[in-house]
Amino acid sequence: MTIHLKIWRQKDRNTPGKLVDYTLDDVNPDMSFLEMLDWLNERLMNEGKEPVEFDHDCREGICGSCNLVLNGMAHGPMPGTAVCQLHMRKYKDGDTIVVEPWRARAFPHIKDLVVDRSSFDRIMAAGGYISINTGAPADANAIPVNKYDADLAFDYAACIGCGACVAACPNSSASLFTGAKIAQLAHLPQGHPERKKRVVKMVDKMAEEGFGDCSNYAECEAVCPAEISITSIAEMRREYVKALSEIE
Amino acid sequence: MTASNNGVLNSKVPEGNLQDKWDNHKNNLRLVNPANKRKFTILVVGTGLAGASAAASLAELGYNVKAFTILDSARRAHSIAAQGGINAAKNYPNDGDTVWRLFHDTIKGGDYRSREANVFRLAQVSNNIIDQCVAQGVPFAREYGGLLDNRSFGGAQVSRTFYARGQTGQQLLLGAYSAMMRQVGAGKIQMFPRREMLDLVKVDGKAKGIVTRNLTTGEIERYAGDAVLLCTGGYGNVYYLSTMAKNCNATAIWRCHKRGAQFGNPSFTQIHPTCIPVSGKYQSKLTLMSESLRNDGRVWVPKEKGDNRPPNEIPEDERDYYLERRYPSFGNLAPRDVSSRSAKYVCDEGRGVGKTGLAVYMDFADAIKRLGVDAIKAKYGNLFAMYEKITAENPYEVPMRIFPAVHFTMGGLWVDYNLSSTIPGLYVLGEANFADHGGNRLGASALMQGLADGYFVIPYTLSDYLAENLHAEKVGIDHKAFDEVENETMERINNLLSVKGKKTVLDFHRELGQLMWDHVGMSRNKEGLEMVIKKISELREEFWQDVNIPGENSTLNKYLEYGLRVADYMELGELMARDALDREESCGGHFREEHQTEDGEAVRDDEKFCNVSSWEYKGEGKEPVKHVEDLNFEFVTPSQRSYK
Repeated sequence: MTIHLKIWRQKDRNTPGKLVDYTLDDVNPDMSFLEMLDWLNERLMNEGKEPVEFDHDCREGICGSCNLVLNGMAHGPMPGTAVCQLHMRKYKDGDTIVVEPWRARAFPHIKDLVVDRSSFDRIMAAGGYISINTGAPADANAIPVNKYDADLAFDYAACIGCGACVAACPNSSASLFTGAKIAQLAHLPQGHPERKKRVVKMVDKMAEEGFGDCSNYAECEAVCPAEISITSIAEMRREYVKALSEIE
Repeated sequence: MTASNNGVLNSKVPEGNLQDKWDNHKNNLRLVNPANKRKFTILVVGTGLAGASAAASLAELGYNVKAFTILDSARRAHSIAAQGGINAAKNYPNDGDTVWRLFHDTIKGGDYRSREANVFRLAQVSNNIIDQCVAQGVPFAREYGGLLDNRSFGGAQVSRTFYARGQTGQQLLLGAYSAMMRQVGAGKIQMFPRREMLDLVKVDGKAKGIVTRNLTTGEIERYAGDAVLLCTGGYGNVYYLSTMAKNCNATAIWRCHKRGAQFGNPSFTQIHPTCIPVSGKYQSKLTLMSESLRNDGRVWVPKEKGDNRPPNEIPEDERDYYLERRYPSFGNLAPRDVSSRSAKYVCDEGRGVGKTGLAVYMDFADAIKRLGVDAIKAKYGNLFAMYEKITAENPYEVPMRIFPAVHFTMGGLWVDYNLSSTIPGLYVLGEANFADHGGNRLGASALMQGLADGYFVIPYTLSDYLAENLHAEKVGIDHKAFDEVENETMERINNLLSVKGKKTVLDFHRELGQLMWDHVGMSRNKEGLEMVIKKISELREEFWQDVNIPGENSTLNKYLEYGLRVADYMELGELMARDALDREESCGGHFREEHQTEDGEAVRDDEKFCNVSSWEYKGEGKEPVKHVEDLNFEFVTPSQRSYK
């Protein structure tokens, strides 16, 4: 099949970027989207041109490296799917696809489709953990966790940290990412001792990094490849308000 | 010194009963007092399960840690993709499990090519790992009573595998990552993302630093430390197609090998039986379908050659459930090497399915009938969804098509009981070392080993080395050893960029991968191996004359990174073939066609090969030299591994 691509090319942060047109006329429908970009890059290199840089690693939808906006949608048209798991059979012969990087102030641009998401790591370093040293904690079955909470905690823990939530949000908010970690740990008894401190530190850090606030567009939930629910944001707010009212 | 004396490797296995070795050893290891810990800097390369758990644990103890990852965040290391689970001898299901049994299964699963003492220690600390992870907030699967759930995995007859849906690796890694980020917040760990270690710096024979390339700016950077921990994973990407992530590579271990670290059992590669088959030339990687699926999936092919009917139209009595037939006591849960080989045999006979004939069915129809769709969805929902995304087939209705693929490398840098390589101060953890898995790794053991090394072994053994070096002179990055290594590294990069040939890195990598898969894959023979050694060296020559690396060094340039890695794969691939040629027996994943029974089972040679082959690099154009570590089985008796 033939696919027309308009890809964002930008040498570095200080050089203005632009969309560049490419046409591939031998795309196999069983290719993944990233394999199509590999294909394009091979052709560009054979023509002596510079290949398109994009982040990718596991190509199984779990590492969260890939981050492309396709025709205005983070990770493309398939719900609950990272772009590495999107296959070309979802497109029609002759389709045009605009390929752009995540755009957000807190994700500075690096090159072409690659951005810097280290702000997520800094939110995690602010409080996304349970303070337990390696050693000899109690037996794993010492504290039963009811299955409802354990399953819910898992649902929130499934976040792959890709940043699609930020890319899709008109406010560039990282609330879905931050909320998911807070909600996961709030549902586990192990997370309770630091519950209040954690939510305040993480939420404050999120603002400090330049992410916007949430105003309930729910675009994040719509594009999230791990299908994290926006109830995590509600949980985060509830935790935050409770923490502020109870911390002196 | 850990190095070999007259070619004899000292494994430093402590004296005493198997059960007491680790405790005795801990009693004898020297300690570093808290005030002195602050004076040491540890460089941790790689942030997967082994690296993240080591970095966090060492920082908690008070050491200064610098952690390096080639990715943009430590959380993306490929441990994250492990699906099925992690073993521990908790015996929560009351089905007869013990530390001894976990040890015994693992050493038998490895076809008696691993060190007893290491494997026993691994089984001993397995329970601590589960405790540690639960305390960190890892959301393992639980029963309605609130207690942890277990399932069974290949090569075992008990249910000892803890799991978090099909995303166990992700949850364990995020646990270790969060412990690490806590130390980043506390200022005890400095994180260096998008850095690739390109070489090791030695001073007076000891590891004292590393040279990295900043992948964003191309800058070559120097880092000095009192010890270097390599936690850089396996080298399965030598085969081009594998279940490894695209950025997994062998450069760090290979560069250290060239600096004097011996390489143990390089040919021991695990070919995992249940991956989604290859669909075309453009294919960039293979996707694993967790072994846990074999708990409920039945593996079969048609009895007749060339039976092209859709699977649901092939009646029961015309199907060959070959694993159940050949291995009645383990059935579909036969170990990985055995299952993979069986799949190869039936496909070689022309009974493979799908367009390419290189696939077998894994069928859930019986399980769905027995347990209902909802139960299957709860257990494997995400795996089924992933399968459907990739193949556009619904595994609830038609059987999955699966085929073996390169998945894990049991070989790696040789380490002693303390995880020290043959270079003092250079430690190797997780898949990067030659490890505890012998000739074949059992399912749910990789996560166990990575975390055991990082959380519970290295914090003890490293202190012994550091205590010995308390008064050693500190080496700074202005030391001339750094100048030399940096210059060599720059020269390598410039050479590669200046070739400006006609073929892409991908062309070379594909070619190398095909050679490796055909001749150093599931089945190996003398003729093929001798041929492939020659072919690889020709390919390597061609590479340095005709590769085309685009762009420049001074920006993000992934094809330059890739080119440097493929250059190292070419050298490592040759060593793998040499090792496979040298090992005149079949054991675990290493199957030499010359050494098999009449019905195609592996034949070990315990007389000659009950040992580890450890290879020493001798310089450009020179043949490597083999050293041997004999494996002494004091507590188990190696027997013919039977799963019948």
